[in-house]
Amino acid sequence: MTIEVSTLSDTADLNLKARVDRSIYLSELLNLRSPTPLEWLNAVRDRATAIVQEQAIPTTRDEEWRFTNLSSLLQVSFQRAEAATIGYAEIQPFLLPETTNSRLVFVNGFYAADLSAVDDLPEGVLAGNLIGIAEFIPALADYLAMQPGAEEVFTALNTASLTDAAIVHIPKNQIVEAPIQILYVTIASETPKLNQPRCLTISEVGSQVTLIEDHVTFGEGVYFTNPVTEIWVAENAGVRHTRVQRDSEMAFHIGKTAVSQARNSRYTCTAVSLGAEMSRHNLEIYQTGEQTETTLNGLTVLNHQQIGDTHSKIAFSKPHGKSNQVNKCIVSDRAHAIFNGKILVPKPAQLTDAAQLSRNLLLSAKARIDTKPQLEITADNVKCAHGATVSQLEDDEVFYLQSRGLKQSEAQKLLTYAFAIDIINQIPISSLCTILANLIRTQSL
Amino acid sequence: MISENSEVILSVRNLTANVEDTPILKGLNLEIKAGEIHAIMGPNGSGKSTFSKILAGHPAYEVTGGEVIFRGQNLLEMEPDDRAKSGVFLAFQYPLEIPGVSNVDFLRVSYNAKRKHNGLEELDAFDFDDLVQSKLELLKMDAAFLSRSVNEGFSGGEKKRNEILQMALLEPKLGILDEIDSGLDIDALKIVANGVNALKSSDNATLMITHYQRLLDYIIPDFVHVMEGGRILTTGGKELALELEARGYDWVREEEVAAR
Ligand SMILES: Nc1ncnc2c1ncn2[C@@H]1O[C@H](COP(=O)(O)OP(=O)(O)OP(=O)(O)O)[C@@H](O)[C@H]1O
Ligand SMILES: [Mg+2]
Repeated sequence: MTIEVSTLSDTADLNLKARVDRSIYLSELLNLRSPTPLEWLNAVRDRATAIVQEQAIPTTRDEEWRFTNLSSLLQVSFQRAEAATIGYAEIQPFLLPETTNSRLVFVNGFYAADLSAVDDLPEGVLAGNLIGIAEFIPALADYLAMQPGAEEVFTALNTASLTDAAIVHIPKNQIVEAPIQILYVTIASETPKLNQPRCLTISEVGSQVTLIEDHVTFGEGVYFTNPVTEIWVAENAGVRHTRVQRDSEMAFHIGKTAVSQARNSRYTCTAVSLGAEMSRHNLEIYQTGEQTETTLNGLTVLNHQQIGDTHSKIAFSKPHGKSNQVNKCIVSDRAHAIFNGKILVPKPAQLTDAAQLSRNLLLSAKARIDTKPQLEITADNVKCAHGATVSQLEDDEVFYLQSRGLKQSEAQKLLTYAFAIDIINQIPISSLCTILANLIRTQSL
Repeated sequence: MISENSEVILSVRNLTANVEDTPILKGLNLEIKAGEIHAIMGPNGSGKSTFSKILAGHPAYEVTGGEVIFRGQNLLEMEPDDRAKSGVFLAFQYPLEIPGVSNVDFLRVSYNAKRKHNGLEELDAFDFDDLVQSKLELLKMDAAFLSRSVNEGFSGGEKKRNEILQMALLEPKLGILDEIDSGLDIDALKIVANGVNALKSSDNATLMITHYQRLLDYIIPDFVHVMEGGRILTTGGKELALELEARGYDWVREEEVAAR
């Protein structure tokens, strides 16, 4: 055995080389983008391109990426994803009866008009692809890629590559009964591909909408999906958002959801992450007005060698803001779940009421959970409750079920399901609740 | 009901067991035949619940000696779920709460596990509802209990009734009832006792653990055993329970010492 001793300057060289490699790699990803026919969009893309060009793929030395190592991503050389056609029959299992005529389908990040249908939406509600709908959305330029945090490297990469995008616009005081489903289908193949879905939802003053984003896969193979969703909730509007990530276990998924909430608005996100070899969800909520309410429910279920990371941020800025967050992770085998829950309460955000609970279930000795509340509070009159628990299945509970005839493995599955189900039940679409409940109930542990 | 020729359901010989290296059962002997009702009484900490959990197969207890034969099979070699499916049922002294699992799903899953074991087809939700409805009536339970999570927020008495509801569905050969009467008011006690009596037949048996003679007025035992220090000290008929109620346990101990 030989031991190599490197001098300080060698290490510095290595770091520099790593950084160069990581920025070269990033620029290669950037080069995969397709051109856009929209003249004005190039200005948006160029701004983001400049930001990307100054950055590199983060390392675990970056505080935000401490627990999630992207080295395995760098091992893969990705190609450009292309628009592809698939049959209605193939996506059928992912369509919800509640959204038969209120859904947008994207395949490999590209809009699939033939699979989309929006006939159930009230007049005035716009839902479709950026190309073809942009000119009908008032002040689109004020919204697209304008959320705080747009400079984050993967968000900027998505913006720099922007072509197709799901656009939903709910006009003032419009209550949309039909939930709107946005289905992102990836067709995986032997060649690793990068796809970058994009969604922009604008819910104008006093409007209400239910949104479902679902990431699904066909085929076998490695791919990298880098979706970005921006949601603008105007004054007194309400958005109920469900985000399901069920990518294949060979996928890399780095996703961003950025939400700005104006005064008196309500936003609920229920995010369920089941898939991907490595997944990350950056969920960022910016309360920009008084008396605003945010509810975040999260569930991550991982097995095998999966890594699943949720980084959430709720930034208060005005008085009487409210947030309620419950995040649950279930990990078995050698899986690794990460939860980092940032809550920012600056001085003007007096009388903020924020609650955060991180509950975790460890099903194997080799599985790992890193959970961290990150409260940065400078206002003095606030209520911020937070708690984190990591537990295992109780022997007595397993035994109780076994004593009623359930095999040990069945008992463990049922108890795991029981741990998860209250998050699933927050989803306001009953068919989706059933699908996800069954997935979790039958998932091998 | 005692009948000499009936099948031996449970035969326990010289059973010794530890929990975390501390001996709890210290040579326990017991034989139960089909059609019989047995009661075990004894002071707190004497090992009654330990014994019942060992019969059901709780992993926390280590059997260090002796044998337990259940209908000709070595019970100690069987997994807890196989014991249940073969006809051992333990009504827990402290039934567990399982938030997130509805009572009716739990009942159906366990009922179907047993049917599958017996080579029968599983019942669908529809047929199962009919079945469970009839059992609810037996225990005068409201159907609302079915949709609630297993035991979550149930009162003490409701939990005990729920245990007997499970027993009514699983129809065990050996029902072990650990303090099924504790915490019950007299009306609930009568309902639970009626349920247990209704399940009684000449080919099954019941083992009750209790501190109170009161239960034995409603479920009349053929044998009463006194347990202390992990052993059965003495065995008698139902009149022994009355004597224990009147005189406590000290005299049993003294007689046992004198007899040695
Ligand atoms: N899991 C355990 N860990 C440690 N000690 C235990 C455990 N289970 C039982 N014991 C001990 O074993 C002894 C017998 O307990 P057990 O619960 O069997 O008594 P019991 O006769 O049922 O009492 P009670 O009438 O109070 O229900 C007690 O001293 C108890 O503390
Ligand atoms: Mg006890």
